[in-house]
Amino acid sequence: MSFINYAAREINCKLVYYGPGLCGKTTNLQFIYKKVDPATKGKLISLATETERTLFFDFLPLELGTVRGFKTRFHLYTVPGQIFYEASRKLILKGVDGVVFVADSQLERMEANIQSIEDMNIHLKEQGIDPVKIALVMQYNKRDLPNIVPIDELQKALNPRNLEWFEAVAPDGIGVFETLKAIAKIVLQELQKKT
Amino acid sequence: MRPITNLIIYEDDLSRIVACLNMLNRKARSRAVLLIDKSGQLIACTGETDGLDVTSLGSLAAGHTAAAGALAQLLGDEEFVFVFHEGERNHLHFSIIGGRVILMIVADQGSPVGLVRLYIKKFSRDIDEIFQELTGRPESVSGEGRFLSESGFGDLTDDDFEQLFNRR
Repeated sequence: MSFINYAAREINCKLVYYGPGLCGKTTNLQFIYKKVDPATKGKLISLATETERTLFFDFLPLELGTVRGFKTRFHLYTVPGQIFYEASRKLILKGVDGVVFVADSQLERMEANIQSIEDMNIHLKEQGIDPVKIALVMQYNKRDLPNIVPIDELQKALNPRNLEWFEAVAPDGIGVFETLKAIAKIVLQELQKKT
Repeated sequence: MRPITNLIIYEDDLSRIVACLNMLNRKARSRAVLLIDKSGQLIACTGETDGLDVTSLGSLAAGHTAAAGALAQLLGDEEFVFVFHEGERNHLHFSIIGGRVILMIVADQGSPVGLVRLYIKKFSRDIDEIFQELTGRPESVSGEGRFLSESGFGDLTDDDFEQLFNRR
């Protein structure tokens, strides 16, 4: 759900980073937070457990700049990846404009990736959102680890529609801004189509 | 579940909303009043907001309200219409209006709980009327605004997108 405030000439959009537990969703947000100009970001809020696992969500408000006289603001959220927090994940998708699916490239996490995509599709539908129509990009994270699945296999298993995808090593920032840029562009293009 | 549709607010809408919030803030003797969309976007705020991180408050209020709603549903209710938190210095009142927006009142010891709730009820009706009107407009569903296309937003180029990120 985009919020267009003509009084303030602002466009506000909500992006959600989705994926299985420990795939690197929070790390994406932490890297973005570390690297962007302090003037363009708000506080990074993490509702996490004592062991720093996401309990409810992480939240980072980001102002990208002005385009055609409209300030573009993106609210970045992560979901808690652990299976146990299914009820919370569903809530975070409320009003989402775009999703980044962060997949863990490690062989032993393939089943968790597939399960997480299925879980995401179910929850999108529950929010009245068509999973085929939502703006979505894929990020294949942890590409620096030894036991990883080749890209073509990840694509076959997780991205049969061949949506835009990126390889990433989130702690080093590889692929992080490329992914954000891609999803922001798709969301704004969707909004643009409606004008 | 019905999807949340686009929310488009024009200057005259915002003036009416802010006038309502101002009146509520004064009558309830509260510190600040925030109106937040259920997806966490701050729509408007009034009162002593200078020291408040209203963006974070909006996001957390939406998360909190969503969690309270899910708890209510587990118990067989549709949602909790009022939620109240009492602290040593500050109190928070949450109220959901029209199933769409969250009214958040930041109060202190000088704002009696009963008084705040009384005025929340009264002004919720006024705010609901405004939102019924503006969410019923065709552009709220289609995303099309009166001025968005006139502003040239519909002709965004790749350069426009590049510039957005280069300013980072």
